Amino acid sequence: MKTFRLGGVHPPENKFTANQPIEVLPLPELIAVPLAQHLGVPAVPMVAKGDQVKTGQLIARGEAFISAHVHAPATGTVTKIDEITDSSGYRRKSILIKTEADQWADGIDTGTELVSDTSHEPETIVQKVQEMGIVGLGGATFPSHVKLKVPKGKKAEYLIINGVECEPYLTADHRLMLEKCDEMIVGIRLQMKALGVSRAIIGIESNKPDAIEKVRRTLGGDSAIQVIPLKVKYPQGAEKQLIKAVINREVPSGRLPIEVGCVVHNVGTAYAVYEAVQKNKPLIERVVTVVGRSLSKPSNFLVRLGTPVSALIEAAGGLPGDTGKIINGGPMMGKALNDPGTPVTKGTSGLLVFTGAEAGRKPVQHCIRCARCLNACPMGLEPYLLAQLADKQRDEDCEQERIMDCMECGSCQFICPSGRPLLDQIRVGKSRTGKMIRERAS
Amino acid sequence: MSELFNQITIVSVVSLGAIGSLAALVLYFVAQRFKVIEDPRIDAVAEILPGANCGGCGLAGCRALAEAIVRNQSLDGMSCPPGGDGVMQEIAALLGLEASASEPMIAVLRCHGTREHAPPKVRYEGLMTCSFAHSLFAGEGGCPFGCLGCGDCVRACQFDAMYMDTETGLPVILDDACVACGACVKACPRSIIEMRRKGKKDRRIFVSCINREKGGVARKNCAVACIGCGKCVKECKFDAITLENNLAYIDYGKCTLCRKCAPVCPTNAIHELNFPPKKDRSMAVAQPSEA
Repeated sequence: MKTFRLGGVHPPENKFTANQPIEVLPLPELIAVPLAQHLGVPAVPMVAKGDQVKTGQLIARGEAFISAHVHAPATGTVTKIDEITDSSGYRRKSILIKTEADQWADGIDTGTELVSDTSHEPETIVQKVQEMGIVGLGGATFPSHVKLKVPKGKKAEYLIINGVECEPYLTADHRLMLEKCDEMIVGIRLQMKALGVSRAIIGIESNKPDAIEKVRRTLGGDSAIQVIPLKVKYPQGAEKQLIKAVINREVPSGRLPIEVGCVVHNVGTAYAVYEAVQKNKPLIERVVTVVGRSLSKPSNFLVRLGTPVSALIEAAGGLPGDTGKIINGGPMMGKALNDPGTPVTKGTSGLLVFTGAEAGRKPVQHCIRCARCLNACPMGLEPYLLAQLADKQRDEDCEQERIMDCMECGSCQFICPSGRPLLDQIRVGKSRTGKMIRERAS
Repeated sequence: MSELFNQITIVSVVSLGAIGSLAALVLYFVAQRFKVIEDPRIDAVAEILPGANCGGCGLAGCRALAEAIVRNQSLDGMSCPPGGDGVMQEIAALLGLEASASEPMIAVLRCHGTREHAPPKVRYEGLMTCSFAHSLFAGEGGCPFGCLGCGDCVRACQFDAMYMDTETGLPVILDDACVACGACVKACPRSIIEMRRKGKKDRRIFVSCINREKGGVARKNCAVACIGCGKCVKECKFDAITLENNLAYIDYGKCTLCRKCAPVCPTNAIHELNFPPKKDRSMAVAQPSEA
């Protein structure tokens, strides 16, 4: 079975919710829709206090090149446009909506029947994806329409669909592949059309045999789309690692996958593209895994964006008393939440509740030069060295040692037997070095 | 046998001696030819400077400052915060220049979000540096402007003029040790520390908060936040206080230390340091645990 060559780790999978069907979470009374739910420039609000909005109505425009539109996730009244605390505790501008019963904006097809006609012009598809505010749902939330436009002078050969879900605990993509397989495949065909590629590959880790089976069966005789089962290894869901695993090509340092003729999209994004193009439905909901050892009812929820995290945890059985940490995302790359009142955004793939014992860090001890971090790093870096250089603020040496190639997967810190905060230090160094490079360029 | 030995000894001594003298001769002429003529005054000036290489003057170190002074033949705009006016006077006397008296400055912490005033809502256990914590989250107390308490400033201080108060979670600046080099100001990712005039008898009045959020929001996280009510602005007869973005700021250039503003502040955000205690108002808040 295929996998990427360099580094990688095997954290316990703990996919407790793999057999939990996606449940629709009821609308809360009040939702808060942040204007920056994507990578890039925040969207500009188009509604004012007191306005009535319908579900799916455009409420904020992404005007910059790298930005995305934001739509009303529910029907209701805009109570205010104010700053609310986001998952990091900083305050970001959001549109607050008091919700009512759903009344869909014009032109949205809310039916469940499959629309498999893909005879659209490539431009139409890209335009629709942009209009509907689709962003990468794997977690990075990069605006999808930008990725679907192949830059001049480059040619895309493969569309690679990321169904790896290598983060432990998370099962949102897994359930989506099982339950929305037909739609997802239509979405993939639409993306292929937009990119002008004739081949697509879906990479799925072998710990999801039912998903591999289901996708293969649904595809039937379609030879343009291929499913490749992958050996379980973290971080296989990272773009560069996935490309290496499925077609054995290496993206050069500091470049994008299009350099080697690839465009990578998440399975969730493929489904969102289907909804946008075929059903005219903007990105207003997503699947979120709510999981944790201590939760009484861990589940996969289909959630409207803007729903407070506390509502999801309530629906999953309530916050256990011994909770030490709520993590937005998976245990490897997710970030601890500051406040359970923060809303679900386009990038929320999961919520992980750790008990106090699970959440604690190991005590920091000295580096014993075991070089496990070197063996674990999927980018072939030397984490112990980068961490030291970053600590000593030697930015030029950091650049020399390719600190900017680090994708912050956390494998080094996970494997370190001395519990050293390697990734923390590398992140500091990365931001300093990035700043130095930007200043030099300007 | 011994004759041969003598011969070898003589030959080697003579030949090595010849090579040595030749090399010495070459080196002598090369040294003459490529002689670096350096102003001896640079050394003299560098000798006077404290030699801490703290960078407080804005240059790379003490020698860089000495070079700059000698090159410019002027002391305008040059200062040595750790050395103070004494050192500048000495240099002026040596070079026959005029030294302008600068006002002694001191670092001031403009946050009083102690664990008591801004109770922690979350616990941080990542890398204990402020710059990293700042990039991750708003802080344990929730104030996005407040002190993170990881001690980047303390580590930056080369004069042992700061320490972390483990009780309050805030750094403490020691009046006597601070030389106003500004290293802590640069180290703080939130620009909480400000250089202010040391003031007569070390007396200072300042708004100990830099939160620019609306009053209610700021107050939610911290009991002693400036809420931008403007009472102090009205009270000040010298136009020393300005209110911008929900935050009052006292201009130390205009402030006469009359102490009228501090009692009217509803959140005790205005701090008075090193004043004799007043009768009516308790100084418990105004005097953070100074060592």
